Amino acid sequence: MTNCVEFRGVDKSFVFGPDGPKKVLDGIELRFPEGITTAVVGESGSGKTTLLQLINAVLEPDAGEVRVFDEPIPDQHREKFRRRIGYSVQGAGLFPHMTNRDNVVLLAKLEGWIDDLIEERYQVLLAEMGLAMDVSNRYPRELSGGQQQRVGLCRALMLRPRLLLLDEPFSAVDPITRIGIYERFQAVQDHEGVSAVLVTHDMREAVRLAGNLVILREGKVLQHGPPQDVLNAPAHEYVEMLVKEHL
Amino acid sequence: MRCNSTLFLVMLFASTYSAASEPIKVASKNFGESYILGELTAQLLEQDGFDVERRFGLGGTLICYEALASGEIDLYVEYTGTIEQAILKLTERASIAELNERIAEKGIRLLEPLGFNNTYAIVVTRDVAERNGLHTVGDLATARDLKVVLSHEFLEREDGWPGLAAAYGLSSQVVGMEHGLAYQALNDGEIDVMDAYSTDGELKRYDLTILDDDKGFFPEYLAVPLIRKDLPARAVAVLRQLAGILDDPGMQAMNAEVVFGKRSFADVANEFLVNKGLADERLIVDAIWPNLVRNTLQHLKLTGIALAAAILVGVFASLAVFRIAALSRALIYFSGLLQTVPSIALLALMIPFFGIGMYPAIVALFLYSLLPILRNTITALTTLDPTLIRVATAMGLSNREQLRYVYIPLSLPSMLAGIRTAAVISIGTATLAAFIGAGGLGDPIVTGLALNDVGLILQGAVPAALLAIITELIFELIERLVLPGHLRVEAAG
Repeated sequence: MTNCVEFRGVDKSFVFGPDGPKKVLDGIELRFPEGITTAVVGESGSGKTTLLQLINAVLEPDAGEVRVFDEPIPDQHREKFRRRIGYSVQGAGLFPHMTNRDNVVLLAKLEGWIDDLIEERYQVLLAEMGLAMDVSNRYPRELSGGQQQRVGLCRALMLRPRLLLLDEPFSAVDPITRIGIYERFQAVQDHEGVSAVLVTHDMREAVRLAGNLVILREGKVLQHGPPQDVLNAPAHEYVEMLVKEHL
Repeated sequence: MRCNSTLFLVMLFASTYSAASEPIKVASKNFGESYILGELTAQLLEQDGFDVERRFGLGGTLICYEALASGEIDLYVEYTGTIEQAILKLTERASIAELNERIAEKGIRLLEPLGFNNTYAIVVTRDVAERNGLHTVGDLATARDLKVVLSHEFLEREDGWPGLAAAYGLSSQVVGMEHGLAYQALNDGEIDVMDAYSTDGELKRYDLTILDDDKGFFPEYLAVPLIRKDLPARAVAVLRQLAGILDDPGMQAMNAEVVFGKRSFADVANEFLVNKGLADERLIVDAIWPNLVRNTLQHLKLTGIALAAAILVGVFASLAVFRIAALSRALIYFSGLLQTVPSIALLALMIPFFGIGMYPAIVALFLYSLLPILRNTITALTTLDPTLIRVATAMGLSNREQLRYVYIPLSLPSMLAGIRTAAVISIGTATLAAFIGAGGLGDPIVTGLALNDVGLILQGAVPAALLAIITELIFELIERLVLPGHLRVEAAG
């Protein structure tokens, strides 16, 4: 089985203040299998968002290497590289001055897709995410948080990426709506065969959506593997605590 | 498409600008007598078939002279004493020939004096003169119990009262009073003696007697056409007809006609020329509407070009520097600094670089317009929701695409608000541009101030205020057209 993402001895530090650089990621060695969702679980400050930003080259590792689909991240044409990776973020991050439709189809237009193809893909995504056509010409603010989040997922999926990066996209949505989105997301993922990396602080969400778990704390991987393995045999008291408190 | 409608407006403003041909440019300063003399010279040239452009109401000697030296204007009427002291800064008295010699290197020459001498004068009512036997300034030394009231400037100037008193051995008690009020007080008999300009219209109206300066203390302020040497010979010949043609009472009469007779400068000047057989009678209509249209168009031209340039420079500079915090701050500080220079001073500072007229005015207005545009644009660009920027980068938008699809549209409301502020400020400030001969709605204001004519002042002030209001409304409309998304966002939120 190939890996969608691979971290080889990755270090990353940031300078936050007068204390000098602080290591946010420390010797990360990870392989995320293709075709399933890998959930990176950790509290804020664990380095999980940094990990995500290394995958689409928004950040550069200080040491080590990040590989995507068994290839090193290209030095040039980063925009092209990033467009092959869908990205969805907490609160959806929709552009407020564009209609929902324009938000979703922006990249396809920039890629020069023909209108028919854009329209067809748009319709399919909208249906898959359970959105009514009447959201198209409205602006993001006119939608509920859950609807916005689904529009955001449509945008991330528009160019048929092989990999999706999800930065806590469900955490701002109320629990009942969230269940609905989980189901939609899982159906789309199965249908499209897209790999995903989900960053979350919610262990319950991680177990629900992921086929592979990574527990991150203070820049170090505490445990990783299939959810059942992690749940049955926590390798660290922090992981045990997570399992107990959140499930 | 959204950007295009802004651009269209800019082009609309800019298109009102067009180049001028090459008429003879006649200037005047911003007081009544100078306007009359400007009309006199202008109409004489027009009578002979010359095309004349009037640049009247320039804000003072320095501006007129600089404009003449730089070729922005071709002629205006100056006073010999002013040339001697204010322009050439001579300490000795100089003859006209000497003045001509000194000023020649600037490419300027003096023609023969018109005749009258607008110098300082000590005046009394005819009644006071007869009762006290006053004929000369020296007679004041022996006269008793006369109330002498002088304007504040005259009281202080070395070539005013202190020097005069010393030269004639005068010891009268004197007090200061505002010049305009003194005439009334003198006429009412509350005071006996005051200072005046020897061609003031009031001298004739109140039938005042000028005491003879027999010791020649006051320098001569003979009116002389000051012209560029490269003025065509035929035009010079035409202007020479004015030599010695106008004496002190004649000038007084014309000044009185304007101030008390409420007649226009052009009308009074024309009557004089007709009487002298130098020009045909012309029907001078107080052309309020054509003037209003011309002034308004000129005003729009000034502010439109300045604003268009400020939008271009301001927006592009903002886009170029906003990612670099230090540079952004420096730019905002710099344009803020410009804002602290008083408008009239900024206009004056432009003269050495751009002469007078439209260009310095446009440059000054441009500089004033920069700050609101720069500050609003940079602030908007640097305070966008960081999540949106993160998303834009992560989804694979290039820098240019981020500007086009994220930064610019999201900054547009603030950018437009800045442009709107700049436009309204420009429209107000542009009224001051008349002081440096740029025309516009400031023209009637400046003339109105010179004549203390409220009606004339309102002819500039009211349309300027209306323009500002209309501009506000137009921008409101533009914002509505360009920003439907934002408006709907605001309505929903």
